[in-house]
Amino acid sequence: MATADTPAPRLRFARIRPGRIITWTLLMIGGLLMITPLLFMFSTSLKPASQIYDLRLIPASPTLANYAEVLSDGRFLRWFLNSSFVAITVTAANCFFDSLVGYTLAKFRFRGRQVVFIAILSTLMIPTEMLVIPWYLMSAQFGWLDSYWGIMFPGMMTAFGTFLMKQFFETVPDDFLEAARIDGLNEFTIWWRIAMPLVTPALSALAIFTFLGNWTAFFWPLIVTTSKELYTLPVGLTSFAVEQAIQWEKIMTGAALATLPTLALFLALQRFIVRGVMLAGLKD
Amino acid sequence: MADITLNRLVKTYGRAEVIHGIDLAVADGEFVVFVGPSGCGKSTTLRMIAGLEEVSGGEIRIGGRLVNEVDPRQRNIAMVFQNYAIYPHMTVRQNIAFGLYTSKLGKTEKAAKVEEAARMLDLTALLDRRPAALSGGQRQRVAIGRAMVRDPAAFLFDEPLSNLDAQLRAQMRIEIKALHRRLGTTIAYVTHDQVEAMTMADRIVVMKAGHILQAGAPMEIYDRPADVFTARFIGTPSMNVLPVAGEGAGLAAAGAGAPLLAGVRPQALRVGAPEEEAALSLTGPVTAVEPLGPETLVHFTVAGQGLIATAPPHETPGIGAEVTARAARGQVHLFDPATERATGRA
Repeated sequence: MATADTPAPRLRFARIRPGRIITWTLLMIGGLLMITPLLFMFSTSLKPASQIYDLRLIPASPTLANYAEVLSDGRFLRWFLNSSFVAITVTAANCFFDSLVGYTLAKFRFRGRQVVFIAILSTLMIPTEMLVIPWYLMSAQFGWLDSYWGIMFPGMMTAFGTFLMKQFFETVPDDFLEAARIDGLNEFTIWWRIAMPLVTPALSALAIFTFLGNWTAFFWPLIVTTSKELYTLPVGLTSFAVEQAIQWEKIMTGAALATLPTLALFLALQRFIVRGVMLAGLKD
Repeated sequence: MADITLNRLVKTYGRAEVIHGIDLAVADGEFVVFVGPSGCGKSTTLRMIAGLEEVSGGEIRIGGRLVNEVDPRQRNIAMVFQNYAIYPHMTVRQNIAFGLYTSKLGKTEKAAKVEEAARMLDLTALLDRRPAALSGGQRQRVAIGRAMVRDPAAFLFDEPLSNLDAQLRAQMRIEIKALHRRLGTTIAYVTHDQVEAMTMADRIVVMKAGHILQAGAPMEIYDRPADVFTARFIGTPSMNVLPVAGEGAGLAAAGAGAPLLAGVRPQALRVGAPEEEAALSLTGPVTAVEPLGPETLVHFTVAGQGLIATAPPHETPGIGAEVTARAARGQVHLFDPATERATGRA
């Protein structure tokens, strides 16, 4: 009889394989390592100055006073806006220029194409620390020191972004572009109206990377700016550490507030990345 | 609407010449099908007409105008691609309307044209869907719609049906042909499928290795192929071609080095046909039998060469049995073995 052969129902946990348990344990350890500093950051931001060396995760007497103080400090708002302006402008510039160059390298055949591509790629191998001196000299020559443009210009276009976009544009079938050519679009409009919407996953990834990189950038903004009104948030926050004593609770409050835009950006764009991956999987 | 003329048209990639100076005149409103095996240059020729490939030599005229140096968008042609090339991020309506991107028509007129094209192609219910939610045949209809709304001087089709299943292909063949009748626009159509060529074309252009072998009406090419390649390429199953010796009714299979090549279509090579009136008789053992319903294909060998003959539906010879198949007078095509060009009939 068929029913006699049916195995008895087993408990769900009995089916969990040992490999799974190891994977989960490792992932949990990794997750804890990542999240602990963040938890301490939020926790410290909620403690009064007298309790910041008390390492309990849940503050004994939680307070929002640090937030009120930091937010009412005009400098913080200014640095927050500076960082926003710099990060948004540089991200928009990267999405535009990296895509334009990546598209050209991926979809047009011209003499010297490979040389240009290799030249762009080779700049990936030069560490930022080495570039800072030429950037500084250049900024001094052009009068860009202590200006927004001075903070932004080195990152307006990146080799990584160009490479990423080129790789994605190569996956766009030429037929789309040729159909558009026959439909009467000029080359710029083909790039903008046809090719760009087809690479939104890559574009979203590039936007997240670029925004994060510029939002947290510290070294170059520190060097190129001297006026406090032009500080970006990471540079400005360090001034909480040098002026009087190190005000950890304020630094942590500022840092906690600084994570919010990146979090918001990721939440806003992640669905594009996920959807992009799904679409690619379903394509004929 | 316009005629298309190719004069000594040449295409080279680096040093390799792939189109060797072809000449062709497509009349206004004509449906011309380029057919040939992969790599014969048919798609390259079409892409040169579209302006997607540069012309290396000779000239292309559309409606009398020399277009060698003219951008695709200024040639007033529309093209339908093998993999549809409809934009996945736009709805069907937006895709079709995209054909009018550069048109100077007003918004309402554009919308009306889109609706009209959708109605003709039975896409009205799907106008607000995205391509991902359409079947292959529907996607191809959207691509045709995008081409149609532009009222182009000529349509270019590059293997538009090869991604569809057999049933849908047959249906789309009829739809495209009907569309041509209704619009009367010049069509240049590329395919490697000789059934598509036979059923749709006003004129077939057979290409091989960058040359035009023969251009003519479908039945003309079927009845009077100019060479062995065309004879074997057009018609299913392929024409039997074998070396023969003798003359008139006395033709007989011969080995290599024979003075003639004889070509006979399987439909003309009948098992058990009467001996009198026969121009060619072939006898050999049966290797396979394929009953198709209305007739049966009988595979057999003569002097080591595989041939196909037809038998009436219920007279199926057994495998290994000796059969004799005969072709009546006038049904045997003769070719010169050296040039493979047609020399006459027997």
